[in-house]
Amino acid sequence: MDKVTVTIDGIQVTVPKGTTVLEAAKQVNIKIPRLCYHPDLPPVSGCRLCVVEIEGDRLLRTSCSWKCQDGMKINTKSQTVRSSRRMALELILSRHPMLCTECVRNNNCELQSIADQLGIRETRFEYSARPGGIDDSSAVLVRDPSKCILCRRCIQTCELVQSVSAIGLEGRGYNVWVDTPFGKGLDDVACVSCGQCINRCPVGALYEQDHVARVWAALDDPTKHVVVQTAPAVRASIGEAFGMSAGSLVTDKMVTGLRMLGFDKVFDTDFTADLTIVEEGTELIGRLTNGGALPMLTSCSPGWINFIEHFYPQLLPHVSSCKSPQQMFGALAKTYYAEKAGIDPKDIYSVSIMPCTAKKYECQRPEMRDSGYQDVDAVLTTRELAKMMKQVGIDLPQLEPGKYDEPLGISTGAAVIFGNTGGVMEAALRTVYELVTKSPLENVEIKQVRGMEGVREAEIDLNGTKVRAAVANGLANARQLMEKIVAGEADYHFVEIMACPGGCIGGGGQPIPTSMEIRKKRVEAIYAADRALEIRKSHENPAIKKLYAEFLGEPNSHKAHELLHTHYTRKTVYKETVA
Amino acid sequence: MQDLTRVDEIVGRYADTKTPLIYILKDVQKEYGYLSDVVLTHIAKKVDIPLSEIYGVATFYSLFTIKPKGKYVVRCCNNAPCHVKKSKEVLEAIKSYLGLEVTETTECGTFTLEFTSCLGLCAVAPVMMVNDEVYGNLTPEKAVAILKDYKMKGQSNA
Repeated sequence: MDKVTVTIDGIQVTVPKGTTVLEAAKQVNIKIPRLCYHPDLPPVSGCRLCVVEIEGDRLLRTSCSWKCQDGMKINTKSQTVRSSRRMALELILSRHPMLCTECVRNNNCELQSIADQLGIRETRFEYSARPGGIDDSSAVLVRDPSKCILCRRCIQTCELVQSVSAIGLEGRGYNVWVDTPFGKGLDDVACVSCGQCINRCPVGALYEQDHVARVWAALDDPTKHVVVQTAPAVRASIGEAFGMSAGSLVTDKMVTGLRMLGFDKVFDTDFTADLTIVEEGTELIGRLTNGGALPMLTSCSPGWINFIEHFYPQLLPHVSSCKSPQQMFGALAKTYYAEKAGIDPKDIYSVSIMPCTAKKYECQRPEMRDSGYQDVDAVLTTRELAKMMKQVGIDLPQLEPGKYDEPLGISTGAAVIFGNTGGVMEAALRTVYELVTKSPLENVEIKQVRGMEGVREAEIDLNGTKVRAAVANGLANARQLMEKIVAGEADYHFVEIMACPGGCIGGGGQPIPTSMEIRKKRVEAIYAADRALEIRKSHENPAIKKLYAEFLGEPNSHKAHELLHTHYTRKTVYKETVA
Repeated sequence: MQDLTRVDEIVGRYADTKTPLIYILKDVQKEYGYLSDVVLTHIAKKVDIPLSEIYGVATFYSLFTIKPKGKYVVRCCNNAPCHVKKSKEVLEAIKSYLGLEVTETTECGTFTLEFTSCLGLCAVAPVMMVNDEVYGNLTPEKAVAILKDYKMKGQSNA
């Protein structure tokens, strides 16, 4: 590979050709301030905070997009650079309401910390509000354009990462703002509620609908029996919200923390992840042997379900009829568990902790009331749970380990890997292999489906029968696969889709910031959790075996279908409008 | 319901154009007077460009409009040379004569009031445009007299 050598503030550094000045500066331990740059997205060069001086160049250059050239001499700290950055920041601040104490991103705001780093103690310009009011039409996401700094990360995320394009930049010049077309609100466009825009917003202009208050109310209510389930990906990320390094696995501490908050039972979504595998694996074997729409598409990711409903409704018959683990848990908590514990289901309040924002929509879907009640009452994102703990001073990193309650807290290694892209596929194949071949799988780690690439393909030999699998993470990648399927160019049997980059560990409800580096560390933590477990195949989970014996009968039974399966609805990209 | 067959026809005109969006929007606005929600949504489906992007283009260019406009669009220059020649006084007179703020349209649909950037006619500042006609060397009285004529013309044609 071609290399170039540049001098940054007197320090020589050699980097591959094509490296930006900002990336090269990082290698010599200079973090150039930036607001619109995000490692997941192409540079926009809009905020003008990353400007640097290049010897012989008349203009300051934006280091996020300016490529290193051999012999270049770069100054990142000259007086011109400093005053230019300060001016740019003051102009941004002049249109930002200084309401930090009221803001959801207080203490986790890039604008706030850059203002601090650059030593802004006063601004020269008077505040002038941006156009556009709060949009809280969606059940999941809230947009507050008054806080927006026009970095465009949300727009790029929606368009390039997710290929949804629900929001865009509207207007011109001074009066420019981010909005849905005709200001109709997110509920009126094909927003899939993935929340990826929240993860990339540098400020508090995008956030999730708050479920914290209703969960406190349930915990405070002595007549309510409050149960909680925790998704696989949360244990690999919540530590970050308490200052721990990315990739810290804090399952046991989190369980203790949840008990301290006052939850009556601390259960695990992993239990129903195992159940999902048994149901979905059985469904796949059924489709392979008796016919049925192939490839079968996974159904665990509610952002993905929203996407296919809006953009590829013709492929809905391909989607597995299995509910997501969250909803399987919800249906069982108010039936199986209620029966076993002798509690009236109307007194059970069911909370889930999710790395996901779309789960807030999923739990309110009309299809998700098979227990006779709303199966899951409230969904907290990883961020919201961290906030609840902080509200009452629970210091998660210091907690003693705790254990999940039985029976809905028992799970296997196959369940925990649901948090990663490729994890549902791998877990399903571990079970399908043994169900089909009736012989034990020697090496349970099916590495062909692991990785962080957007689309991955693999062929797995089931004693002669070849299963062709594909895995996609991020909806722009999912769209590629769907186009292939629509065009009849795909001959897969089984396709796993997760709406978010990296899978649930990169979910829209996860601690901010996110980047490929952070997501990779969370993935490693999840695989480590799998390795640490004795049982690593879903169908060997003793609590699942007991559940079938006591309650459901057999996989895909009538009762299982009633509680654990569903069908989704055709939608359109644009609501039908009447003139 | 707006008739969308003319939109289809216009989109068809640019089937071979690589980047047809602005041509389409221009022709559609000419045909329908403005770019409505229904029309833009229809275009989005036809050309497979997200509505958010089309709406962005429609709101970026000042000559595109997403709201119905009056029969006569009055555009007052508010750039520096006109400002120096007291365009503000002219604008105030027009505002009070029409009973409009900038960007508003009269209820009867006769007039819309807008700003325009420099028209390059600074020698005869202050200037305004009414549809495609340009008027220079304005005073508050002269501007109101011009609009009175348009009002009469509008009524007689109605």
